[in-house]
Amino acid sequence: MGWIWDVLRAIVGTIIIFSAVAFIAVMFGVLLERKISAWMQSRLGPKHVGPQGLLQTVADTIKLLQKENIVPSRADRLIFASAVIVVPLAALLDYVVIPFGTTRSGPLIFRDLNIGVLYFAATSSLVVVGILMAGWGSNNKYALLGGMRSAAQMVTYEIPIGLALVTVALMAGSLSTVTIVNGQARLWYIVTQPVAFLIFLVAATAEVNRVPFDLVEAESELVAGYFSEYSGMRFALFQLGEYGEMFAMAAMAVTLFLGGWRGPVLPPVLWFVIKLYALIFVFMWVRWTYPRFRIDQMLNFSWKILIPVSVLNLVVTAFFAVVVHR
Amino acid sequence: MPGLTHYLVVSALLFALGIFAVVTRRNAVAILMGVELMLNAANINLVAFNKYVAPGAMQGQIFALIVITLAACEAAVGLALVLAAYRTLETVYLDEINVMKW
Amino acid sequence: MSGEAIAFYVLAAVTLGSGLVVVTSKNMVHSAAALVPAFLGATGLYILLNAEFVAGIQVLIYAGAITVLILFAIMLTEGGTGLGSRQRNEQAVVGTAVAAAMAALLIVVATRTGWTAGSGTLPPYTPGAIGQSFLRQNILVFEGTSVVLLISLMGAILIARRED
Repeated sequence: MGWIWDVLRAIVGTIIIFSAVAFIAVMFGVLLERKISAWMQSRLGPKHVGPQGLLQTVADTIKLLQKENIVPSRADRLIFASAVIVVPLAALLDYVVIPFGTTRSGPLIFRDLNIGVLYFAATSSLVVVGILMAGWGSNNKYALLGGMRSAAQMVTYEIPIGLALVTVALMAGSLSTVTIVNGQARLWYIVTQPVAFLIFLVAATAEVNRVPFDLVEAESELVAGYFSEYSGMRFALFQLGEYGEMFAMAAMAVTLFLGGWRGPVLPPVLWFVIKLYALIFVFMWVRWTYPRFRIDQMLNFSWKILIPVSVLNLVVTAFFAVVVHR
Repeated sequence: MPGLTHYLVVSALLFALGIFAVVTRRNAVAILMGVELMLNAANINLVAFNKYVAPGAMQGQIFALIVITLAACEAAVGLALVLAAYRTLETVYLDEINVMKW
Repeated sequence: MSGEAIAFYVLAAVTLGSGLVVVTSKNMVHSAAALVPAFLGATGLYILLNAEFVAGIQVLIYAGAITVLILFAIMLTEGGTGLGSRQRNEQAVVGTAVAAAMAALLIVVATRTGWTAGSGTLPPYTPGAIGQSFLRQNILVFEGTSVVLLISLMGAILIARRED
């Protein structure tokens, strides 16, 4: 009956991942967003709750928990409720293959799948189904339009992400994230694959619906897009999904391009956290700097610019990997 | 321990559900969903045979990957046809589309 | 009951149960949303059969792309709003009989045949091994599938384009 221990370990691991992501990523992520945006706009941001405003997100969560849960009267209750589960679940499942550091016996990773990078792309594509269900289940024209546009955007930008992932896997010779991090012992892949890094960052920004690609939740145009009708704890779960996905994309970029947990003096987990938050800072910096794309500009950008460039990058990398380094 | 026949029974039941959808549903998109279920049942068969009857070769999984790819192509073209038909004929129910010239 | 047997029965129940919802639900969006657990159950069955690469591709393409395609088609045609129409045509009785007969035939044949168990250990079905197999023994299938993908991409765009 050894499988009972496996199931228990999986359940405990899930609870740990959920708590870590919910409390570290989302809590600090939302707080960082507000503080960084404030500093870039020459103001101070939240500073009353806790020292330097550190407990602001706790206050926000308590506020959201005590709000009334409103379901629209003619909404499809089953689809409305199940969309709330699909989006955060798919975002949290991304963390299974990311190596956070090393322990004495091996890498600190939940499960070193030998299809690690493919698994990451697969769980990122599960979020789209949840968004379509959220848009449909709200029985609201703006939510439906926002949901369909968001789904179209996310499906379009999955292709450059996939091609950038395949390019790095080609350099490392394996789809496993641990092998990719070990392959960067001498030189980080950002030096040999700068184009793929840029494509991954741009496509990841579009995949998590952040500015400049946040047309689908533009507060001035579509109320709040596909989650207009969600209130209270459901809204908090959607935010958990969105910020969790952003942190997962940044963590994957650190693993693939910035050397994972590798670094000279400090412990590996600390290096990982430093690089992760550096990329999160870049994401937030871009948010408060650029205006928003229109939907046709956004789709043209992916199909006509990002995909040909990433395919060309893949072909050139394959040529060098096979012919030159033989 | 589940053996080969367990997987074959599961895939046979899934295939029967797919046939039921194709034969008895009116909506064209529902029929396409039945076709996807049938293709999944065939894939389960292929991979089960690969593991239990011919473990040295990889042909079952290769075949399953090709079937998944071709199912995606066929779903894309089929749904494009449904959309184009809906634009002209204003209906997606296949028992109402029963004349050659509209 | 070993863990693998319990996992198999749970996954089979999930797959067949959601398949039943897909083919019998009167609400089209419920049918399409029930496709996701059906495909994820099939993914679990592939993992039990040591086919992890096929499982990853199944989630990526079936649950992530084909389900989205079907949901878009439902929302762009009248399927989602036509909840008042009946969804089953006149062949319902014959269809049930045909499906039951097909299932019975397949199950009887599958359980009565003495399948010769294969010998040999399982090779590691890593992505590298599958890639090598695609580029060595199965290269014709690989190239043919690429051509089919290109043609279906162009065909789908051409068919669904608006005529203006």
